Amino acid sequence: MDLDLLTVDSIRTAVLERQATAAATVDAFYQKIEAEDAAIGAYLTLCKERAHQQAQWVDAMVGRGDALPPLAGVPIAVKDVLTTKGVRTTAGSKILANFIAPYDATVVARLEAAGAIVLGKTNCDEFAMGSSNESSGFHPVHNPHDHSRVPGGSSGGSAAAVAAGMAVASLGSDTGGSIRQPAAFCGVVGLMPTYGRVSRYGLIAFASSLDHVGPFGKTVKDVALMLQSMAGRDLLDSTSADVAVPDYLAQLEAPVNGLRVGVPQEYFGEGLDPEVRTAVEAGIQELAKAGCEVVPISLPHTGYAIPTYYVVATAEASANLARYDGVRYGLRAEGKTLSEMYRRTRDAGFGTEVKRRIMLGTYALSAGYYDAYYLKAQRVRSLLARDFDEAFGAVDVIVTPTTPTPAFKLGEKADDPLAMYLADIFTVTADLVGIPGISIPCGKSKEGLPIGMQILGKHFDEPTLLRVAHAAEHALATKVELS
Amino acid sequence: MVTEKDVSYVADLANLELTDEERARMVRDLNSILGYIDRLNELDTSNVEPMAQVASRYGTSSEAEANAMRPDEPRPSLPHDAALRNAPNSDGTFFKVPKVIER
Repeated sequence: MDLDLLTVDSIRTAVLERQATAAATVDAFYQKIEAEDAAIGAYLTLCKERAHQQAQWVDAMVGRGDALPPLAGVPIAVKDVLTTKGVRTTAGSKILANFIAPYDATVVARLEAAGAIVLGKTNCDEFAMGSSNESSGFHPVHNPHDHSRVPGGSSGGSAAAVAAGMAVASLGSDTGGSIRQPAAFCGVVGLMPTYGRVSRYGLIAFASSLDHVGPFGKTVKDVALMLQSMAGRDLLDSTSADVAVPDYLAQLEAPVNGLRVGVPQEYFGEGLDPEVRTAVEAGIQELAKAGCEVVPISLPHTGYAIPTYYVVATAEASANLARYDGVRYGLRAEGKTLSEMYRRTRDAGFGTEVKRRIMLGTYALSAGYYDAYYLKAQRVRSLLARDFDEAFGAVDVIVTPTTPTPAFKLGEKADDPLAMYLADIFTVTADLVGIPGISIPCGKSKEGLPIGMQILGKHFDEPTLLRVAHAAEHALATKVELS
Repeated sequence: MVTEKDVSYVADLANLELTDEERARMVRDLNSILGYIDRLNELDTSNVEPMAQVASRYGTSSEAEANAMRPDEPRPSLPHDAALRNAPNSDGTFFKVPKVIER
């Protein structure tokens, strides 16, 4: 069994046809993780007991000849911002270094009910704040394609685990690009569903109007299969949408001829790496050859997305992270008074980037600055949403590069927060307006680094998004050969 | 321009202390980031409504959902001992904290 080539689809078939047991598959993955993860750093915690129990349950179903659930035997990794009952859940932060979650996130429970096997929890930027995984409170993650480079962030561990064959699929979260950007850097598929499509119960909050949970996989079909088991209303998350979940596989392989593909000029301007441009333009050409109508469009407020994002996201973060006070869970640093205890705890527990964002958000919300920053950003957010309303009046999907450059070097942007923030320039807008987006591999640079193509869709129109992504993936011949 | 005094004031609001070194770096970083954010003022937004969240805009939430109402029926919640298990300091019934009232 070549673990690098396994897909969600192929592993379920292998288990169903008794070519492999779930238990043996889990063992093989743990052997690989133990041999190879020291050089990558994708995992923070392995949950072997839980995985073995789940594998036994799947194998017992096979043994009895029961109908198998859709993800039976599929080994997955879960970003450590999603709670797992009885398993350490850190959000990549020292302040939660010893936190044992008392309940499961809804997505984790749903994927396990569908037969998936959680191998462990993956490394990420602290509280999902970062674009390189260098802000992890524990250790950085190395890009499997070039260990001197970052895997992207904040879901760097989840992207690297799939790229390195240390999980078949994984879960990430996306607040400003944290699924799509690492997917592009690591050469895997990463999907951010529509805001409200997937429950966030058990997702450790960063910025609540922007946070999304979504899957990584090697293929578009794999992320569609994952989404199918994750999506839908959850009474434990009042922001999850009461919108029927369609069959994401029904139209996946349908022809794309006649679909209108918008190409926004603002995403192909200054600062775009020439190799990325060439690769994404070639991807768009493949869609044209498949019968799509390519339509030049404009999203005129694109240049204002990053400043809008860093006001909205940090303002919400400053409120969400107020809960880490050393009282109910997490780190406590002793102090003579309650106030001193709060300060010492937060000073000791939070890393530099998290403190920077709490400070920025608190500043933007403070008396005298609220209108100038927070309210202003919310108004510009409306303008960004209007850009997309108008664009989607004329096109079915929008295609762009996922990132301006391939993966950068570890340390390259670590001392310049603004340069780091600009790594998300093509991804933040979809979070701000709540539409779904996917990154698919679209060739490699001369240095062998993966390049990602982003496809954005109308809200709740994941079926069309996935169909176009599937067509592009197959045209680009980047699909993984089934083992 | 954000000054060292502003940084100390905001750190106080955020329940952070920050070392001298962190404060100096924060002055530099906040000025750099806020300078970039200032480009939002190029846009006239006087007739634009603020957008706090996306669901209402796209009409995916019914009236009931916008207010997140549900029937007032008891449901299981986290057991007491499970809720206390991660506490840094508890007496088995309550969370324990340092003295709150200073005098």
